[in-house]
Amino acid sequence: MNAIFDNSRRDFLKTSALAGGGLLVGFVVPGAARLVHAAADFKPNAFIRITPDNQVTVICAQSEMGQGVLTAIPMLVAEELEADWSAIRVEQAPANPAYGNPAFAGLQATGGSASVRGFWDPMRKAGATAREMLIGAAADTWKVDKAECHAEKGMVVHKSGKKLSYGQLAAAAATQPAPANVTLKDPKNFKIVGKPAKRLDTPLKVNGKAVYGMDVRLPGMLTAVVARAPVTGAKVASFNADKVKAMPGVKHVVQIGSGVAVVADGYWNAKKGRDALEVKWEDGAGASLSSESLRKTFAELADKPGTVAVKKGDASTAMAGGSGKKLEAVYEVPYLAHACMEPMNCTAMVKPDGVELWGSVQAPGLLQIVLSQVAGVKPEQVQVTTTMLGGGFGRRFGFDFAIDAVLTSKAVGAPVHVVYPREDDIKAQHYRPASLAKFQAVLDTAGNPVAARVHTVNSSIADAAHMPYESNGLPPMKGVDGFSVEGLTEWPYATENLQVEWTKNEPPVGVWFWRSVGHSQNIFFVEGFVDEMAVAAGKDPYEYRRALLGNSPRYKAVLELAAQQAGWGKPLPAGHGRGIAVGQSFGSYVAEVAEVSVGKDGKVKVHRVVCAVDCGRTVNPDIIKRQMESSIVFGLSAALYGEITFNGGKVDQSNFHDYEVLRMSEMPVVEVHIVPSTEAPGGVGEPGLPPAAPALVNAIYAATGKRLRKLPLKTV
Amino acid sequence: MSVTFNLNGKPVTAQAEPDTPLLWVIRDELGLTGTKFGCGMALCGACTVHLDGQPVRSCQTPVSSVAGKRVATVESLSNNNSHPLQVAWIKHDVPQCGYCQSGQLMSAAALLASNKNPSDAQIDAAMSGNICRCGTYNQIRAAIKDAAASMTKEG
Repeated sequence: MNAIFDNSRRDFLKTSALAGGGLLVGFVVPGAARLVHAAADFKPNAFIRITPDNQVTVICAQSEMGQGVLTAIPMLVAEELEADWSAIRVEQAPANPAYGNPAFAGLQATGGSASVRGFWDPMRKAGATAREMLIGAAADTWKVDKAECHAEKGMVVHKSGKKLSYGQLAAAAATQPAPANVTLKDPKNFKIVGKPAKRLDTPLKVNGKAVYGMDVRLPGMLTAVVARAPVTGAKVASFNADKVKAMPGVKHVVQIGSGVAVVADGYWNAKKGRDALEVKWEDGAGASLSSESLRKTFAELADKPGTVAVKKGDASTAMAGGSGKKLEAVYEVPYLAHACMEPMNCTAMVKPDGVELWGSVQAPGLLQIVLSQVAGVKPEQVQVTTTMLGGGFGRRFGFDFAIDAVLTSKAVGAPVHVVYPREDDIKAQHYRPASLAKFQAVLDTAGNPVAARVHTVNSSIADAAHMPYESNGLPPMKGVDGFSVEGLTEWPYATENLQVEWTKNEPPVGVWFWRSVGHSQNIFFVEGFVDEMAVAAGKDPYEYRRALLGNSPRYKAVLELAAQQAGWGKPLPAGHGRGIAVGQSFGSYVAEVAEVSVGKDGKVKVHRVVCAVDCGRTVNPDIIKRQMESSIVFGLSAALYGEITFNGGKVDQSNFHDYEVLRMSEMPVVEVHIVPSTEAPGGVGEPGLPPAAPALVNAIYAATGKRLRKLPLKTV
Repeated sequence: MSVTFNLNGKPVTAQAEPDTPLLWVIRDELGLTGTKFGCGMALCGACTVHLDGQPVRSCQTPVSSVAGKRVATVESLSNNNSHPLQVAWIKHDVPQCGYCQSGQLMSAAALLASNKNPSDAQIDAAMSGNICRCGTYNQIRAAIKDAAASMTKEG
């Protein structure tokens, strides 16, 4: 298992760069030159390489940021290839259109919980194609009919009992015609997919050998730390580099788009130089930005009509005429940073004929396009080598750090590693948008909703990313960014009259994708408010949801399983409360039950979270469970502590002391249960997050009677 | 200035400004990148190494203060993933993104060196300085207990 990754990878980084050949790890696209060419290798497509030593290498297009994709993708290939799982290795693909994700408009990018969803069929077909070619090679060798042969555990076996290994067949298989059509296995015959398997990347991650963007080292490489605008949107007016240029290790001080880069022989000297640099900034309109004024604007906008995203029946009339119980509530969430453990960083080398980039990036395909424009070259002249990612969560879908690296390398004529100190990372504005939602509902005498209306106010992530408003896959809604309303528009509870409205608010704050995107706040909003509806109806929050989800079997199944496993309704210790929430995102359904207590000091203790997920067909149940748990922790960190605020145009937070996250001493017991399903695979990296916050606030209500509608909670 | 200390059992000499944190000497000058930069303020634990056997945050340890001392990084645990903690980490498939795990392992190694059978509260106390954004805390806890049991068995 230790040899799954090329052990020489670290040296390889150096040698290939010395040779000026770039880092074309596993670059096996037909027609492309490989660094090491072996005629006996079998390369049926861009994703598989089988060598005479029986090594089966799967080339993974997707970035590994913890979600387990470097294991899941090879499992899909190995299943159809009938490979010996213990002989499988995985390599990271370079940036190339051949590695585009079909579920991501063909863009080579990792996000939207779309890796397995996009590659479920292509990877299986790649494996099945190779299998058929290996069987063909064996049949030709033995001069028998292909129908008399089958593949199992890395061997082709003839009915007579004779066998040839894939390694022995590699050279012959390479000359076989690729079949036009292949038959995929019936899932009931799966031996690898759907079964637990150890992660292939674990051995590298327990000894310091895994290479992250932060660990890229190239001959002659310099390190840069950038002086960035302290006030939102400020521009460099002037700077005095004289003192800094005389500091130890400092080689260059250059102005780039995002500020002034201090370039030195290593991080520490670059950081000290950056901290000592005198920059005069020209503040723009952003200088008046404050969280207090922002909040007021959000609330004012929510009182005016918004753009209609969903209209079913006539909520306004039903609400005006209704004689039932009326509810109204306003929910709010703040801007959030991702705070990946690996601060943003990127290494670039700009040469006359193109750009080479190395780093922990989610979207190599997007970077080829963006950086070609930055450097004035063609997209194919931008080579991207993706390393391990020290967390992504959407942040590394961005390209600010890559642009900084390219511009600085271009300015100084050397390979440059741009590193964000943690403070820069927290303050670099790629925030989950702050958002406010105003709800109104009318219940009938039985307590069921007759009409519901919700109006949300937030910034458009699609605008920030220069994407169309329907990019998230929701049906197009005229003038409405799907990312802003996802989770509201899919309101799952039986309601005859429903209206969802959106108002775009555009303060000068940079917003971006953050784990589960719009669902991160909108499912919190819905599930908090539905809990209020249940209370107003005098019903149990679980039973109330269950009744109103009667026509949504997948919602209902996860809700029931989570409640049952959590012991819903059973007695709890004094002062404890249980809360439940459910949500659908990225094609998966998740319900969570949180059990909490609140101390005399107002501090919330989360004791246990029980999660049920239906993510369709599964690839690796162990990884799915870990992704649910990971998302729950991420969601609880945000709900309890996460908040970016502004004062005088400056971000108040800077590091983990004022942007706190959950630590081991606060970690609840987490139990995850998977609903068996034959539905199409859903995502798993994000769908576990949205129900965490509402399960928590609903549990706090159950424990204390306090209804909390604004995050973060901090203390109750 | 020139500073000589023992790194993973071998004497090394670094040429660095006295205030340079040990982290950057290890990573940028001595080329061992297993020790990670996370916060620069001793808040996250990603840079944890052992200094004369005690866990320290190398991002807040000036290199001038380690002269003549023993420094151990994650690379010192074993050269073949055979340390009981590495074995347990693999058994429980602890890492997700993995970036914090060098620090987690070094904090755990220091804990087990001084306490062969830590309670949950003692694990919390020793490990709560190490942040994991992937939320692998429950797996870390299980792996520490496993490693403790196997170390006790081996004596």
